[in-house]
Amino acid sequence: MKAVEARDISLSFGETPALRGASVLVEPGEIVAIMGPSGSGKTTLLHCLAGILVPDKGEIHYDGRRIDTLSETRRSVLRRDEFGFVFQFGQLVPELTAEENVALPLLLRGLKRAAALKEARPWFERLGLGGLERRRSGELSGGQAQRVALARGLVARPGALFADEPTGALDSLTGEQVMDLLVSSAREQGTTVVLVTHEARVAAYADRQVIVRDGKVNALVHS
Amino acid sequence: MTLLGLLEREPSHGYDLKRDYDAFFSRGKPLPFGQVYSTLSRLARDGKIVIGEVEPGEGPERKRYVITEQGATEVESWLTEPVAAEPNLQTVLFTKVVLALMLGRPAEDYLDRQRAAHLVRMKELTDIKRSGTLVDAMLADHGLFHLEADLHWIDTTAARLDALAKAVRK
Ligand SMILES: Nc1ncnc2c1ncn2[C@@H]1O[C@H](COP(=O)(O)OP(=O)(O)OP(=O)(O)O)[C@@H](O)[C@H]1O
Ligand SMILES: [Mg+2]
Repeated sequence: MKAVEARDISLSFGETPALRGASVLVEPGEIVAIMGPSGSGKTTLLHCLAGILVPDKGEIHYDGRRIDTLSETRRSVLRRDEFGFVFQFGQLVPELTAEENVALPLLLRGLKRAAALKEARPWFERLGLGGLERRRSGELSGGQAQRVALARGLVARPGALFADEPTGALDSLTGEQVMDLLVSSAREQGTTVVLVTHEARVAAYADRQVIVRDGKVNALVHS
Repeated sequence: MTLLGLLEREPSHGYDLKRDYDAFFSRGKPLPFGQVYSTLSRLARDGKIVIGEVEPGEGPERKRYVITEQGATEVESWLTEPVAAEPNLQTVLFTKVVLALMLGRPAEDYLDRQRAAHLVRMKELTDIKRSGTLVDAMLADHGLFHLEADLHWIDTTAARLDALAKAVRK
C-alpha cells in the first residue's frame, strides 16, 4: 500500500494564491476526505497530490518518492500506471461502451483488448451494473455512469485513487451507494484514497477528514 | 407513547414490551423493568390500557396488558401529528457562539472543535449504518441528517463571525 503526501505546498494561478503552505499525509491504504468551502483550494490540492499540477513551492511524495520534480512525461506515466481517477461528471468517453470505458486504463497500460475487457467485466456484477456492459454513456443514468467511472478508476488496482466530488451529481441515496462501493472496493485492494467533497455525509465514509481553508490544511482538532 | 403503540399490535406481557422496545427504540439504553411497569400502571390508571386475564403463576410477568379504545385513539392521533419543527441542539450551539463572542472568547476555535466532534460522530454513525441492519441504518441516517444540518449552520456561522461579533458586542 502506498502513502501520498504534500509537504508545505504553495501554488498560485497568476495573482491568485490557491494553496499557501498546505500539508497533508495520507497513510498507505487510508481513505481521507478533503473538505472545505468553495474556492478554498481542494481541487488544486488534489491535482497536486495526483501529479497533474506542480506546486510552485513544497514537495509531493508518493510511495516514498518525490514526484513533483519528475518531468511531465514521467509524471504522466506515473499517473497512468499508479493512479486511478474519478471526477464529478462528464468523464466517460461517449464513443465507447461502458465496458470499454472501464477497460480503458488497462488498454492505456498496454493490455490487449480481450484481456482488458475480461478484467473489466466482473466490475459490472460487483457494482450492480450487470446487463449494462454494452451501453454507451448517453444511455446510462447519472448513478450508473458514476459507478462505471468508479469501476474505471479502480480496475487497474491503482496504488492511489483520486476522486473529486465523485457523488456531486447524484442524489443522496445513490451518492451513498457509490461511496459504499468506493470504500469497500478500495479497502479490498488496498488502494489509498484521496477524496474531495463538500458533503459531510459523504466525507463520513472516509477514515479521516481534513479541512482546507484559504489554501491551508487544518487538521481537525478533536476535543 | 411507544409502549402504548406496541400494545396496539396485540395484548402483551410487560416482558415482551420491554424486549421489543429495546430491540427497536432504546438506542443502546435498555428500558429498566421498573420503568416499564410504572408506565403501564400509569396507562392503566388513565384508562388507556386494562390488565387482561392473569395467567396462572406468580409475579407481574403473568399479566397481559390490553389497549383500550381510548388508548388506540391516542396512538392513532399521535402518529398523525407532526413534531414541533424545532432544532433543539442548535440552541446550545447558538448560545455558546453568541456568549463566546460577547465575552471576546475565540468562537472560531469552539466552532472548529464542534465541527470535529460532529464529523467524528457522523463517521461512527456511518460505520453503524454500513455494518448494521436496515433499522440501524434508518436510525443512523436520522442522526446523520441532523448533524449535517448543524454542520451547515456551523460553516455559515464561522464564515460570518466578524460581522456577528460586531452585532452582539455593543
Ligand atoms: N485554472 C485556474 N486558473 C486560475 N485560477 C484558478 C484555476 N483553478 C483554480 N483557480 C483558483 O484557485 C482557487 C482555488 O480553486 P480550487 O478549484 O482548488 O477550489 P475548490 O476548493 O476546489 O473549490 P470548489 O469547492 O468550488 O470546487 C480559487 O480562487 C480559484 O478561482
Ligand atoms: Mg473543486
